[in-house]
Amino acid sequence: MSAKTANRVATIVIISVAVFIVALLAGLLGFILVRGIGHISFDFLTSAPQTIKAGGGIGPQLFNSLFLLVLTLIITVPLGVGAGIYMSEYAKPGRFTDFIRLIVEVLSSFPSIVVGLFGLLVIVNLFGLGFSLFSGALALTVFNLPLMVRITEQAIRGVPREQKEASLALGLSRWKTITSVMMPIALPTIITGTILASGRVFGEAAALLFTAGMTSPRLDFSNWNPLSPTSPLNPFRPAETLAVHIWKINSEGLAPDAAQIAAGASAVLVIVVLLFNFTARWFGRYMYKKLTASK
Amino acid sequence: MTTKFEVNELQLHYGEFHALKQISLSIPERSVNALIGPSGCGKSTFLRTLNRMNDMISSVRVDGEIKLSGTNIYDTGMDVEELRKRVGMVFQQPNPFPKSIYENVAFGPRLHRKPGRKELDEIVEKSLRGASLWDEVKDDLHKSALGLSGGQQQRLCIARALAVNPEVLLMDESTSALDPISTLKIEELIQELKKDYTIVMVTHNMHQAARVSDYTTFFLNGEVIESSPTEKLFSTPVDHRTEQYITGRFG
Repeated sequence: MSAKTANRVATIVIISVAVFIVALLAGLLGFILVRGIGHISFDFLTSAPQTIKAGGGIGPQLFNSLFLLVLTLIITVPLGVGAGIYMSEYAKPGRFTDFIRLIVEVLSSFPSIVVGLFGLLVIVNLFGLGFSLFSGALALTVFNLPLMVRITEQAIRGVPREQKEASLALGLSRWKTITSVMMPIALPTIITGTILASGRVFGEAAALLFTAGMTSPRLDFSNWNPLSPTSPLNPFRPAETLAVHIWKINSEGLAPDAAQIAAGASAVLVIVVLLFNFTARWFGRYMYKKLTASK
Repeated sequence: MTTKFEVNELQLHYGEFHALKQISLSIPERSVNALIGPSGCGKSTFLRTLNRMNDMISSVRVDGEIKLSGTNIYDTGMDVEELRKRVGMVFQQPNPFPKSIYENVAFGPRLHRKPGRKELDEIVEKSLRGASLWDEVKDDLHKSALGLSGGQQQRLCIARALAVNPEVLLMDESTSALDPISTLKIEELIQELKKDYTIVMVTHNMHQAARVSDYTTFFLNGEVIESSPTEKLFSTPVDHRTEQYITGRFG
């Protein structure tokens, strides 16, 4: 085979692989959206589910998913950013940091059902937090924290050395250099990464089955006292999220329209995750422009 | 003339590598001092010992002493941040912050001692004038510094360094990334600045050293081969290696 033919064959193979992947993704997304999008309505997004009657919605589940995401971010962002700054700026590179990095990698690739069972044993039972949003948020922390550490570490490492040196040479302390020069430059990358990581948290089901639980109490959306058991804001109440809801009605749903509800809920889930991705891209580009172009 | 820096038997190791060997040198106040030598001779490393920028690298070990106006800057009680306020630095590549022109100059003073708005305006104007940039940017102070040309960015970096009121200005090949006209402007600026500041500059350009500096030090393989008034070093070098280098036979 001449070099020219080899080149042509390789090009064709690579293009067909790319087309295959795109077609697979488009088919998957299209299937979920086409099946579910007809079922989405304002009523569907806001009303409570029905057990045996048709016409139930996913309102509380959607709220639970978003609230759980916020709780998880409240826990993981400060910890993850702090650890990321430590790893990139303070820790001396050596066996210890390599070890931390290894643990971070292992944690983020843990099977989620294992994290769910760990959550059940330790968070729910041993710590006595019960099936609750807070338990769920702690379980999700196991995946999300390593991501946050890695995102922050890479973002801070990505700050040009010249910028750091410029600040240090002006007599600024290491901490002031980090907060007033490096963080502003790294922030767009950190925020973009956080939004992308949120997609995973939003779609997670297995880790939440045994931590946040598979039921929601009757919620009173006019009660905003976080300590009341019927308040949606109470972090210590059980909460079924959207992804868990899809799994549950698919496997044991009794309502006659369970299949449509599952399809509709799946479409909502996919749309929200896509929204996260587009927001992250848009925000990244916006910040990049803001940082580089003149006003 | 008073001595600004007095360097005594300075040694620097990068891990096992002996980068600076027994450097002894004195740098007079309010003068321009050029450090020349081939690549890898240690001139930039030496420059970075003067404001302890080498501290950033964990494998670096420094022995000997460098006295700044009589105090050893490598004493354990030395406040490195205070030192760097007194000894400013301008780098090879212009490195303004991705902020406005005003914010770049105000950056140091604002974080060090929170001056009032009016005082800050004065510092910014004075520093930009000091760096011969004021007339070009006075109407665009709140535009991004990244919109300036390379030469303007470099003068902005000089203004940013001047704003914290240093005594010494270190320049690490600060014109090597610039075009000839911008280079000329900075060379003229250096002549102005030496009335108030002590300037130590690394340059790979011997003609620049001859044009701009009062004293020249020739480095080779981590050692100071020769240090004398510029005119003397270029006309009647004592060491034959200096002569070979300045006549272009190596490096």
